[in-house]
Amino acid sequence: MIYFYQFVLSFFASASFGVLFNAPRKALASCGVTGAFGWLVFYACREAGMDLILATYLGAIALSMIAIFYSRHKRMPIIAFITCGIIPLVPGGLAYNAMRHVVLKDYMTALEYGFEAALISLAIAMGIISTEMIDQVLQAVRKKLKKERV
Amino acid sequence: MSGELEVMEAPDKVLSEDFVRDVFYIAVNCGKMLLESGAETYRIEDTMLRIASSYGIENAQVFVTPTVIIFSMNDYALTQTVRIDERANNLEKIMSVNELSRRISAGLPLKRAISSLEKIHNTDFFPFWLVVLSGGAIGFLFLLLFDGTAADLPAAFIAGAGGVFIMEGIQRYTRVKFFTEFFAALYIAVVSIALVESGYGTMLDTIIIAGVMPLVPGVLITNAIREMIRGHLMAGVIKGAEAALTAIAIGAGVGLVFLLV
Repeated sequence: MIYFYQFVLSFFASASFGVLFNAPRKALASCGVTGAFGWLVFYACREAGMDLILATYLGAIALSMIAIFYSRHKRMPIIAFITCGIIPLVPGGLAYNAMRHVVLKDYMTALEYGFEAALISLAIAMGIISTEMIDQVLQAVRKKLKKERV
Repeated sequence: MSGELEVMEAPDKVLSEDFVRDVFYIAVNCGKMLLESGAETYRIEDTMLRIASSYGIENAQVFVTPTVIIFSMNDYALTQTVRIDERANNLEKIMSVNELSRRISAGLPLKRAISSLEKIHNTDFFPFWLVVLSGGAIGFLFLLLFDGTAADLPAAFIAGAGGVFIMEGIQRYTRVKFFTEFFAALYIAVVSIALVESGYGTMLDTIIIAGVMPLVPGVLITNAIREMIRGHLMAGVIKGAEAALTAIAIGAGVGLVFLLV
């Protein structure tokens, strides 16, 4: 039940960001689903006691798999789904917190938040890129197999 | 290295100059629209080169950073530099340009490509009230995701919607991004503190974080690192600096209120 609740929340959060980013209207729902799946994987990993960075990485992998599926299915560039889909995972709050502590001259706390934000966004970027790379390799292999069969 | 200069060979089949100029026009405009809509660097470079090569123009070179596009067709001695001042996320436009480039690769005639390029310029936007409303919804939803209490929901909604309203409102009059985010954050902090003081909210920090979520540069940071991993170091550094500046603006806006109260 709690998972369903989290799914609904992150679905609407991603879709609302889709409106801010002027996403194509027919892609809004799929943007929401992409974001919700990434968040669910992240949430489940966190509940299982996994490390924050690792959970983010797994969440990013999950959401980019969904995004690749949607980009094939709807024939749209993958960036539309990725940009909205990473919203729930993205360390915006941490970056804000880091800078707020800088302004309040609490430098040590600011550093802590800042490094965490950097690591989390690195994890998201690595998750997206590793999924894309695996997908490219799979496509190449599939093409090769097709050629050999002909 | 032999030490000799590499001589570029002239193209085998010579295309008419008007044709080449039209292709150049299409490629540059597609790249410009993509960059202004916030596409990744590799997508822009790939699209421009693909358009050139699908009309039979080889040996084109392109260099893209978040502020400038340099595009050359070396065989025809054509080069143009395009300066980009404004960038915003507009996924609809990226999708339209992408579709156009797909059709061009599939063999769209040049004249029809130009006419559909001109149609892309006026893509629809979501109505302003819906954008503001979704800003409020973002505040509302992130408050719940951050385990806020139900009593704070109206405050988070007001803060989020107002922040987006101010940001989008100021953006129509000035181009200095720093101040739009600064004033939006300032407003969010003032409203949140006022609401908490008058008893309409309980957890001040959670309300403010939920309220600034629509402004915060989380996607920008992630995109910056993605660009760097892909090898576009310059684009990554520029986007990272932009993200840091945005975060400072928001932090300063909120921090100022905290210092004064």
